[in-house]
Amino acid sequence: MCNHASLIFVAGLVCGLGMINAASAGTGTPETGKQLAYDSDKGNCLACHAMPEQSDAEAPGTMGPPLVAMQARYRDKARLRAEIWNPMVNNPATVMPPFGKNKILTEEEIDKITDFVDGL
Amino acid sequence: MAFKIRDGGVKNLLAAITAASLCLVISAADATPAQDRQNLINYFSAKFPSIPLDKYVYGALAFDPDAMSQYNSIMDFPPFGTTLDEAKQMWDTPFKNGKTYASCFPRGGKNIVGDYPYFDDQSAKVVTFEMAINACRVANGEPAYRYGDATTMGKLTAYARSLSDGMLMNIKVNGAAAQSAYDLGKKLFYARRGQLGFSCASCHVMGAGERYRSELLSPVIGQATHWPVFRGADSLVTLQARFAGCDKALRAQPFAIGGTEYNNLEYFYSYLSNGLPLHASVFRK
Ligand code: HEC
Ligand code: HEC
Repeated sequence: MCNHASLIFVAGLVCGLGMINAASAGTGTPETGKQLAYDSDKGNCLACHAMPEQSDAEAPGTMGPPLVAMQARYRDKARLRAEIWNPMVNNPATVMPPFGKNKILTEEEIDKITDFVDGL
Repeated sequence: MAFKIRDGGVKNLLAAITAASLCLVISAADATPAQDRQNLINYFSAKFPSIPLDKYVYGALAFDPDAMSQYNSIMDFPPFGTTLDEAKQMWDTPFKNGKTYASCFPRGGKNIVGDYPYFDDQSAKVVTFEMAINACRVANGEPAYRYGDATTMGKLTAYARSLSDGMLMNIKVNGAAAQSAYDLGKKLFYARRGQLGFSCASCHVMGAGERYRSELLSPVIGQATHWPVFRGADSLVTLQARFAGCDKALRAQPFAIGGTEYNNLEYFYSYLSNGLPLHASVFRK
């Protein structure tokens, strides 16, 4: 039953790979993990996730679960990173963008965001 | 399909169950349009038991009483009233040959828009209301309007469509060719496109009722009933311009307004709103 849908998803994904991130052309000092997570042209994590421990995480979306007490749930940081790199491995139907797989963020940016989220 | 449960525990289990039930909603690639519509209605009404189907025409407003009451007071004195007056004038002004738009349509153009888009077997194409307007213009010796032009086609339809206010959406999908146009629209709706890997369904099925940052997301059912919309006094947006706007937001290349892809998508979209009342030219944020 689910195969039809997954096929459509995969096809769409492949088409998406060729896109260029227009926003990544910025210059100046590199952003911190937190800045990258907040930046709507980068991680834009607040579009979907609340960060209850961050007082400046204003008007977060509700599409994803709050990011809180991450170390209690992701004892292995590599698994946290893998979730951000491609959440579709764990949940093919997820609405969360595959930040690494689709090259929305660079590997280095994902490392920084992982460190930040790990500390939440 | 198996879902791995991670040490995220209950939340992930819930996510897995949601994903599994979503799969039931969206996987039926060979479902009839009636089944598609019913599956979505079942999905939404299970998720939002307190919102009756007829409120879906209000989109995201149905989830936010404050925004809804703001909307009601704006609609009492719409800031786009002048534009609507000009639109009426466009509709009423005769062509150079003396004929009018009203002469091209049954009932002088009243209570017709719920039948659009329809599938035309002869041309094997989806025909939108805008295409019928252009056919009327051309038949009367006038040049066609550009489909994406808010100041001509968009403005004219802000009045023309309002002549069908209250009519129930009544889209038919009969025969293999019509079905395949519908299926193409459906496929576009569920396809992950753009760098972010979103589909329209990510936000308007899975995300409906949730917030994307501060924006409440509307469910797909009801989305086709109230076009064009005004965002402010004279920023007029047609349904297909909104498709293009959301495509840009998901960093996907938008299709041409009035082209086959969006026409098929509009056909699928409009079918899903069957049975809901039309109301042209409403306010949106
Ligand atoms: C469009 C929505 C969306 C965006 C944007 C998004 N996420 Fe998610 N995220 C989700 C959803 C929904 C889930 C729930 C699990 C699933 O669907 O697989 C999730 C799950 C997660 C999880 C696992 C949480 C848990 O409890 O197991 C982590 C970690 C995460 N997201 C981090 C991020 C980070 C970091 C960013 C930004 C770089 C981000 N997300 C951006 C929607 C989003
Ligand atoms: C990342 C989130 C997201 C995705 C993906 C998305 N949209 Fe939207 N869409 C929105 C937001 C936010 C709004 C404004 C709030 C609302 O009405 O839902 C909106 C509004 C709309 C509306 C107007 C609803 C109304 O009543 O005014 C339509 C129609 C629409 N989207 C169609 C689409 C189509 C077609 C696609 C796929 C090409 C799509 N959307 C993908 C976020 C999204």
